[in-house]
Amino acid sequence: MSHSGFRSLLPQQDMVYFAILAALIFVVFPLSMDIFRLNLVGKYLTYAFVALGLVLCWGYGGILSLGQGVFFGLGGYCMAMFLKLEASDPEATKIQSTPGIPDFMDWNQLTELPWFWEPFHSLGFSLLAVIIVPSIFAYIIGVAMFKRRVGGVYFAIITQAFAAILTILIIGQQGYTGGVNGITDLRTLKGWDIRSDEAKYILYFVNGLLLFACLFIAQYVRKSKLGRLLVAMREREDRVRFSGYDVANFKIFVFCLGAAFAAIGGAMFTLQVGFMSPSFVGIVPSIEMVIFCAVGGRMSLMGAVYGTLLVNWAKTTFSESFPELWLFAMGGLFIAVVLAFPNGLAGLYQTWVAPRLSQWLRNIRALRPPLTTAQSRS
Amino acid sequence: MNAMQKDFVLAVEGLTVSFDGFKAVNDLSFYVDENEIRVIIGPNGAGKTTVLDLICGRTKATTGSIRFRGKELTKMKEHEIVHAGVGRKFQNPSIYEDLTVFENLELSYPKGRNVWGALTFKRDKDVISKVEEIAEMIFLQDLLNKEAGLLSHGQKQWLEIGMLLIQNPDLLMLDEPVAGMSVAERKQTAELLNRITKNRSVIVIEHDMQFVQDIAHRVTVLHQGKVLSEGSMDRVKHDPKVVEVYLGH
Repeated sequence: MSHSGFRSLLPQQDMVYFAILAALIFVVFPLSMDIFRLNLVGKYLTYAFVALGLVLCWGYGGILSLGQGVFFGLGGYCMAMFLKLEASDPEATKIQSTPGIPDFMDWNQLTELPWFWEPFHSLGFSLLAVIIVPSIFAYIIGVAMFKRRVGGVYFAIITQAFAAILTILIIGQQGYTGGVNGITDLRTLKGWDIRSDEAKYILYFVNGLLLFACLFIAQYVRKSKLGRLLVAMREREDRVRFSGYDVANFKIFVFCLGAAFAAIGGAMFTLQVGFMSPSFVGIVPSIEMVIFCAVGGRMSLMGAVYGTLLVNWAKTTFSESFPELWLFAMGGLFIAVVLAFPNGLAGLYQTWVAPRLSQWLRNIRALRPPLTTAQSRS
Repeated sequence: MNAMQKDFVLAVEGLTVSFDGFKAVNDLSFYVDENEIRVIIGPNGAGKTTVLDLICGRTKATTGSIRFRGKELTKMKEHEIVHAGVGRKFQNPSIYEDLTVFENLELSYPKGRNVWGALTFKRDKDVISKVEEIAEMIFLQDLLNKEAGLLSHGQKQWLEIGMLLIQNPDLLMLDEPVAGMSVAERKQTAELLNRITKNRSVIVIEHDMQFVQDIAHRVTVLHQGKVLSEGSMDRVKHDPKVVEVYLGH
């Protein structure tokens, strides 16, 4: 990308915000936390992928999905299937009645690997599947809904139904999916032990880099004409249609992109936490992900990341001391956000902090001798 | 028959739409010539807006045909009808309030209309100069960076007309373009319409008789979903049927 293209993608102000976040994720957190806490932050950040997709879908496009857990889960399961197969080599599973298949299949009297598990022996296929399976699923839902002009609250309810259906399916098909326990006891990635501290550090950084890749993609979409079209569609769908756009295609695109982001998050979750289970697929986690996005500010990419970190940090802190109260606190937080500050933390920052900050910066500049000001501009 | 139809930009024939048995438009036929300004008038509920909805594909016809330059519009999707060259302005100004005037016009510029095109769309010289040209026509050249939600009602109406103009449609349909405008704004709008109809046909729905008088080449009077009278403003004004149902009160 040319220099001027990069400038228009990341104006100076956004560049500062990106840099601050990068410093936090890549320097401050790793230096200030032990590996247990850092791994926890890494886990929180996998939800930020979902929140990022929701900013584009919901904040920009006005498409509220209450089923993002489906895509997070599908991505996570694709990754987990590969890791599980690697952990189930005949040597490690020789005490089973059928060695070489995952332990939960053996418990469920399966005697051979189901056909759809076979391709997950290949890492390349599994990594592709992490992105492609959820995207295709989102595409099918998108075509079925948006081409028929199902939108708004109806769409939200249907996505929620998908989250419920997938959870029930996973739990019910225990022999194929590991059931309610999920896919557990994941050990190595191509022989590399993902449970060691060193691996956790590396995975944390890989996760951070992927998050920034998604942030840049989201920023590109936001700044493109498609980003403005999403806002236009949210406000006046008919006007967009009668300006010659096939509105459904844009909704399908952004919904698939959100699904792909969520899936990457899910895969990184599996790698860092070491298992995947239906409790990250269903209705409750899907709604939690919407809350992360709402608290951060649904129109702000940065807000999505900070909102996710903050809510999860609060969740961990409070649920350690008041486990029963946490769900109520979460509900209250969501209501408070919707009623009192609909643009979330980012909105609060824009109205209260940003003006004061720029005033303060202007004052500092005014104190400097003019020569330095000219130099700093060039 | 076909050879004759080709002389018209738009040929509406035997058009009927019924909503649960109520025929909002009933066996309607009319023809619009090249470069004609046609005004549709009629009492409330006569089916004026429904006719525009049918032409632009928002409502599907029960029976009948709408041919635009030989293409049958009743079977096309809304965006395909736009691509064919039909532009539609809504009754209430329908603009993107959170975007600037420039962005409103830019989104209407007929380029990058699919997903990939929108992702790779570049704000190049052609786009900028076209947006500026249109903005000048609609009296908004000094407000390009203003958020559209902050415009006055009349300016919003102009902006929507501008959003249609930038698509350069062959047929422009305007639903009450001067509703809620001041006298001065009405004059400016009449001027604007006369200027922009050089190379296209226009269908206008309007209640303001002075405005109709100023712009109409021909007038179609609708009543209960049917054509009551058609012709020049003078003829229509003195048609006893029209006086009875519409103008007489």
